Amino acid sequence: MSTPAPSTPGPRHLVVVGGGMVAHRLVEALVDRGGVADGGWQVTVLAEEPRAPYDRVALTSYFSGRDPQDLALGDPALWDTPGVQLRRGEQVTEVDRQARLVRTAGGREHRYDALVLATGSAPFVPPVEGKDLPGCFVYRTIDDVAALRQYVTEVDTRRQEDGSHRPVTGAVVGGGLLGLEAAGALTALGVQTHVVEFAPRLMPLQVDEGGGEALQRLVGALGVQVHAGTATAKLTAGRDGRVARMHAAEGSAAGLTHLDVDVVVFAAGVRPRDELARACELPVGPRGGVAVDPTCRTEDPAVWAIGEVAAVEGRTYGLVAPGYTMAEIVADQLLGGAAEFPGADLSTKLKLLGVDVASFGDAFGTSPGALSVVYGDPVAGVYKKLVLSDDARTLLGGILVGDAGAYAGLRPLVGRELGGDPAAWLLPEGAEGGPASAELPDDAAVCSCNNVTAGSIRDAVRCDGCTDLGAVKACTKAGTSCGSCLPLVKKLVTTELAAAGVTVSSALCEHFDVSRAQLFDVVRVTGITSFSELVDRHGRGRGCDICKPVVASILASLDSGHVLDGERATLQDTNDHVMANIQKDGTYSVVPRIPGGEVTPEGLIAIGEVARDFGLYTKITGGQRIDLFGARMELLPAIWERLVAAGFESGHAYGKSLRTVKSCVGSTWCRYGVQDSVALAIALELRYRGLRSPHKIKLGVSGCARECAEARGKDVGVIATDNGWNLYVGGNGGFTPRHAKLLAEDLDTETLVRTIDRFLVYYVRTADRLQRTAPWLEEIEGGLEHVRAVVLDDSLGIAADLDAAMADHVEGYTDEWRATLEDPEKLRRFASFVNAPDSPDPSLSYVVERGQPRPSTAAERTAGEATGAVLVAGPRLEVFSR
Amino acid sequence: MTATLPPETQHSETTAPTGWTAVCRYADLQPERGVAALVGDQQVAVFRLFDGALHAVGHRDPVSGAHVIARGIVGTRGDAPTVASPMYKQVFDLRTGVCLDAPDDPTVRLPVHPVQLRDGWVEIGTGAVAP
Ligand SMILES: Cc1cc2nc3c(=O)[nH]c(=O)nc-3n(C[C@H](O)[C@H](O)[C@H](O)COP(=O)(O)OP(=O)(O)OC[C@H]3O[C@@H](n4cnc5c(N)ncnc54)[C@H](O)[C@@H]3O)c2cc1C
Ligand code: SF4
Ligand code: FES
Repeated sequence: MSTPAPSTPGPRHLVVVGGGMVAHRLVEALVDRGGVADGGWQVTVLAEEPRAPYDRVALTSYFSGRDPQDLALGDPALWDTPGVQLRRGEQVTEVDRQARLVRTAGGREHRYDALVLATGSAPFVPPVEGKDLPGCFVYRTIDDVAALRQYVTEVDTRRQEDGSHRPVTGAVVGGGLLGLEAAGALTALGVQTHVVEFAPRLMPLQVDEGGGEALQRLVGALGVQVHAGTATAKLTAGRDGRVARMHAAEGSAAGLTHLDVDVVVFAAGVRPRDELARACELPVGPRGGVAVDPTCRTEDPAVWAIGEVAAVEGRTYGLVAPGYTMAEIVADQLLGGAAEFPGADLSTKLKLLGVDVASFGDAFGTSPGALSVVYGDPVAGVYKKLVLSDDARTLLGGILVGDAGAYAGLRPLVGRELGGDPAAWLLPEGAEGGPASAELPDDAAVCSCNNVTAGSIRDAVRCDGCTDLGAVKACTKAGTSCGSCLPLVKKLVTTELAAAGVTVSSALCEHFDVSRAQLFDVVRVTGITSFSELVDRHGRGRGCDICKPVVASILASLDSGHVLDGERATLQDTNDHVMANIQKDGTYSVVPRIPGGEVTPEGLIAIGEVARDFGLYTKITGGQRIDLFGARMELLPAIWERLVAAGFESGHAYGKSLRTVKSCVGSTWCRYGVQDSVALAIALELRYRGLRSPHKIKLGVSGCARECAEARGKDVGVIATDNGWNLYVGGNGGFTPRHAKLLAEDLDTETLVRTIDRFLVYYVRTADRLQRTAPWLEEIEGGLEHVRAVVLDDSLGIAADLDAAMADHVEGYTDEWRATLEDPEKLRRFASFVNAPDSPDPSLSYVVERGQPRPSTAAERTAGEATGAVLVAGPRLEVFSR
Repeated sequence: MTATLPPETQHSETTAPTGWTAVCRYADLQPERGVAALVGDQQVAVFRLFDGALHAVGHRDPVSGAHVIARGIVGTRGDAPTVASPMYKQVFDLRTGVCLDAPDDPTVRLPVHPVQLRDGWVEIGTGAVAP
């Protein structure tokens, strides 16, 4: 069937009803395939929710991450694509199929040539008495979750004001996937939580009895009380008219009659939002949902349905992955293809309340002749089951509760021979390695959320030149949704890179077999203070340009001796060695520190005079300071003598260390500012100056939410709020720009500084060589959550140690340039020639452009030699001899 | 570990130099950190290694054209003593001047200068340079 002909001349118009996850994927797929504007489709997305599509799957993280921005899906620039229009807060109330238009609640009409219904589903609320009382909630949207959070906080506050110490108590109706998510959210809010499930076990759709038992034990151990086999009869209010008691139906398990509760969350399943289809007389499926064929088209060739609202051949799907597949299929057809829905992989892996649960393939062993292999460890709370074909060779499915480490490796093997002893996959050791992922066939689906096969991941490395996990994620989308496939994706990438001859072993270089983080620990534990001893005892050879600077940085982090003391001087890159940045002609640039970008007129004049007297090219940097270029090595001490005399100190622009703390002018001048961002920026810059780290570190501070300092583009970004400061981490510009993520909210200045201290020291200790904070956060086990727990809740018990390390740093700081100028021994290294210490490099030559010098090009040199037009370097001031 | 002094005379495998220029005292050289020396109109990078051995190669980095080789990090690759250019990090064998990242490319190769130690002075051979 071909795509519908336009009803009117001009571009064809696609209207998408609903701005959820699946709608987002449809638009993304259309844009990616070049199907929008320029003769393609004109797309209008009508979204009832007041925000751009977000990651509903990660909704619960809103309780810990607490920033709706963090739920953003994909690249927000999608909605700025010409030809794409997203209308938020616009609900569609009617579809007129004759006129091919939709009407919205606001009375607008939108004509369409093709219509896609992507309205998702609505939470199912059982028709019990009292279901609409204040204090009853559902769990589907950011607004639902925000309302729930606010209600709980209110109850809690009232309790405290009344002097009552009774904890807030909540009941979740439904013990499936959603119910446990909601229970996790309530627990995170400090609510004493009950889960009421009608079926005899938790997650009846995903796990069998054994799994359900293990799950109940694990969840119970976390303080959540589970009442399986219990039905909710009605809810009644207290004197204040709010919900106060949940009554259980008669005959409930364990004789439960009622629970006294302050809040109730319904998470008892969902119903497709097929009301628009029903009203315009499109057929619906036997259990609801807009009836569509395998191409996702309804009976009306101009209307499709995708996502949770679609009933493909009668069946609806409550997971995002099948919805994404449908979106891709419709995108393909809109562009003239003929893709069909291949059936869905209903595998799930979740971390509910911190408990791993995974089920995949034929989890219940319903295939004829299926065998199961079960491993259970009630003490550890682990239950694992594999379902195999009758000859015990082919994997059909499985259930993992308590430890789902093997999931990523097993799921792609469904329908294939497992090879070896299946039990190896179930035992604790088996979870880690499992059979080599290298053997995975190219067509095995590795990421089911985004439908990415092992082959496409290998191609991304082999053909598209991706050289790390981040690049592969960006290129294939693998691992960008639920993340459960990441361990496997990482393994495939590593294997493929190794095959391509790229070194991916964690060994630093040929001289050390360990990673930077491990070497850090070796040095810390052994107390070794020199490279020679370290390479002698823990390495081989005499080092190289990779390991020597790493060791220098580690030694500098562990005791703040001068970076140029003794043997340490030989470990440094030339930039660190002469404390300036080498430029293309072998001269250096000089950057004095200007904390927070605040500089007095006298300071500016002093810098200007130095630049003028030494003939340096000057340029303002992106970090709010001034870079002076063209300084010959032998002139660096003279230049710095002048700068130090004017009150400046090293800006460490050369080091893998703190660069700058960028700030906006803040509340002292700006009429919008709510905090003094400059004062904070200066304090932070003075605190962290000279801190050696795996890579450069940049900070930013903005005085209000307008964010003029672009703090979210920094490793550590601070944004003022009315109550204090919000702290963001893991941002950077450069080749792979990243926005920093919210770490904590509304901190007072003292807590803020302590939190940044810990974050930085923890990063310095555990990151890899040249790994900035964003990839570090991505790679570290447990990610941002883990780091938040370490720095805010001291989950590893190392906070005191981190604090002490930073205190040592702050105390031990000295200006490297001042110290160098005072030490004749150190000054010797600035000689241009050992036998002619003040002679300039005779090969340097410059031309003047826009009033300033720059290195001459090869062509200019050749011409210059003929005409004498090239200026040879030389300061205007005589260099003082010392 | 202490560095052993090198044999009194030590040349690279080159044609005999026609003269020697003393550039500095051996004791002035820090192990594993190079210095540049002006020998006539040539810029030469001189290195004293951890084991005491002396090497001299051209100071000009053939990749960037800048005179910076003496400022590179000294180390080893396998058995070869090396220096890494501070500009784009190519690694050169100090004994032969061969770029170990592009051993077959004659355009990225450092000239090797004869070097010897006499009466505590480091001397660079002039008049003949290999290759
Ligand atoms: C807490 C939670 C956890 C989950 N965890 C997982 C998980 O781990 N794994 C997994 O695979 N799935 C999970 N899901 C399910 C997953 O979120 C859904 O499958 C997915 O969001 C479906 O996408 P959709 O676009 O079809 O619907 P939705 O994302 O619900 O989007 C539909 C949108 O359409 C809007 N809409 C409806 N009617 C109209 C109208 N008339 N006019 C305009 N707009 C309208 C709605 O407001 C909504 O914004 C979870 C869901 C929740 C709530
Ligand atoms: S971020 Fe706020 S305080 Fe700072 S300059 Fe911008 S508007 Fe003013
Ligand atoms: S399987 Fe969910 S992101 Fe890959």
